[in-house]
Amino acid sequence: MLAVENLSVEFRTRSGVVKALEAVGFTIQPGETVGIVGESGSGKSVMAFTLLGVLDRAGQVTAGRALFQTDSVAVDLLKEPESSLRQLRGKELSMIFQNPRTALNPIRRVGRQIADVLRCHTDLPEADLRSKALDMLASVRIPDPDKRFDAYPYELSGGLCQRIMIALALACSPHLLIADEPTTGLDVTTQATVMNLIKDLAEQRQMATILITHDLALAAEYCDRIVVMHAGHVVESAPTRSLFTHPRHPYTAKLIAATPEPHKSFAELIPIGGNLPDLKAADLPPCRFSYRCDYFEPSVCNQTPLSREFLSPQHQVACWKPL
Amino acid sequence: MLNSQPPLLQVKNLTKTFPVGKDAHLHAVDQVSFTLQSGESVGLVGESGCGKSTLVRLITRLLDVTAGEIHFDDAILSTIAVRQFPQNPYRAGIQLVFQDPTDSLNPRFTAYDTITEPIKRLSSVQGRQQLQARAAELADLVGLPQDLLSRFPHQLSGGQKARVGIARAIALNPKLLVLDEPTSALDVSVQAVILHLLADLKKRLGMSYLFVSHDLNVVRLLCDRVLVMYLGKIVESGPVEQIFNHPRHPYTEALISAIPSFTAQPHPIPLTGEPRSPINPNPSVCRLYGRCPKGEDLCHQVMPELTELSSNHQAACHFPVSSDLAV
Repeated sequence: MLAVENLSVEFRTRSGVVKALEAVGFTIQPGETVGIVGESGSGKSVMAFTLLGVLDRAGQVTAGRALFQTDSVAVDLLKEPESSLRQLRGKELSMIFQNPRTALNPIRRVGRQIADVLRCHTDLPEADLRSKALDMLASVRIPDPDKRFDAYPYELSGGLCQRIMIALALACSPHLLIADEPTTGLDVTTQATVMNLIKDLAEQRQMATILITHDLALAAEYCDRIVVMHAGHVVESAPTRSLFTHPRHPYTAKLIAATPEPHKSFAELIPIGGNLPDLKAADLPPCRFSYRCDYFEPSVCNQTPLSREFLSPQHQVACWKPL
Repeated sequence: MLNSQPPLLQVKNLTKTFPVGKDAHLHAVDQVSFTLQSGESVGLVGESGCGKSTLVRLITRLLDVTAGEIHFDDAILSTIAVRQFPQNPYRAGIQLVFQDPTDSLNPRFTAYDTITEPIKRLSSVQGRQQLQARAAELADLVGLPQDLLSRFPHQLSGGQKARVGIARAIALNPKLLVLDEPTSALDVSVQAVILHLLADLKKRLGMSYLFVSHDLNVVRLLCDRVLVMYLGKIVESGPVEQIFNHPRHPYTEALISAIPSFTAQPHPIPLTGEPRSPINPNPSVCRLYGRCPKGEDLCHQVMPELTELSSNHQAACHFPVSSDLAV
């Protein structure tokens, strides 16, 4: 359904060119949930913005394709002109943004914001917009939708705002949903409710979901496959179960070791040393993890281009010396 | 054994209400009582909006109390007005580490300025050389390279900013360090480093922690005892292993069942519906009523009080979750 191939994005800044994404690739099938995990600054959100065509003006796609195919459309998202992207966004693919409070229009009633999406992308007569928007509010299990329709975002709790965002994103039954940290700032009980909701709706509608998060445990619970990113590279991509039982990239293994878990003692919580490399540096090594890697061996790891070996048809790792 | 020495912090029936409109009061913190021993780490968990932050602001005396008492060491803090507290000698004894390391640092202060600010104001350490020596010592203590002391917040990474915030808080050798979600804005990799640092500092400096978080995995690692808060009330309190392995309050049970993990597939116990309104709550209805899977008649006739269920383990529920599994 979506195939991203060899995607590279650069940002021109006053102090140099930031190579934010380099040769990123992954695919997603209808109905599948793919998690994209990594530290902040690893390029997760840049990728989401690139796919939607809402990248900051300083950003430039320097290579790659993003083929998006459904029953009704087949396009390369990176080549489409803005006018046709406008038709696609909100209808075929849509996004749940990180912070619902800043993503919603603060001076427009939430019900109307949903009606706006419907007005843009469907042929529904004006008279039916309200009832359809109310249906959407009910489908994301907002209690008392009639009353909440006329609420402003500031009148609603974080969990409710997040559900409004979801209703907004799903109003036109998109085929692909990009959820960028949909639950940061929500507490665990609300998080579980929101995630279950997205999962149920995805199953009902055969919608593909990209879940961007830095919470490995959350990704483990809800994703079929996981793509691990580090400093603008995809370092490993695998089905969830094999990623956690047999991580093959040293970074994945370290991420897992650094995540607190219910049955982990303090001694088992091992921080990842070092920082992300400076993506502006002219002499970035082929493997951007090499500075932090325990297994780094210059003669092997500095070969170009970086190995992107398939260890099995589903399991790809970008490492010369996989674990 | 716990009663052999007076507690470092004792909170009695602490209440804070905020007026909202005519005759309406939002009960942010409602009749909260607990104690914290010297050298103990207590976790405070609960969902957003349950009053955790208000409680923290009351204890650190950034807010005036509506009713109730706060005893700290040998003083009563609750009667001191917020305006007077900065001049109070006990101000140095309670320090706070804030949630977002970026927002809580003055962007125009270098790391050195930030760390020495409380020393200049509240301690006898004065004079350029002494201050510099103390700042260097604190930087070493929190693992901040000394050459970064001259940098401004925007020149520091998230982990380094968190270290500056911690150095500022421990600069006056406080007896109680209140940590308000210190790691929620950090990446997993940095979070692990900061957690190790906090555990290490506690051991070396013998501070007590009041650790506020909604990340239960983190609380479990760092705390001896946990207080679970729901809509302004403490609904359960007990030793950390007890709370995690044998929660007795239905809310705690739901909270723990919702922790994501990558080893086992947890089955979250759904709390359906929205929380009750904290504005003029009915004092005889349990706060969880309506979301609680139990919810019997008694629950909306009599407010359950915190009762001792086993040693040091209290829950406020008429129908506590069975502890059959408890050994």
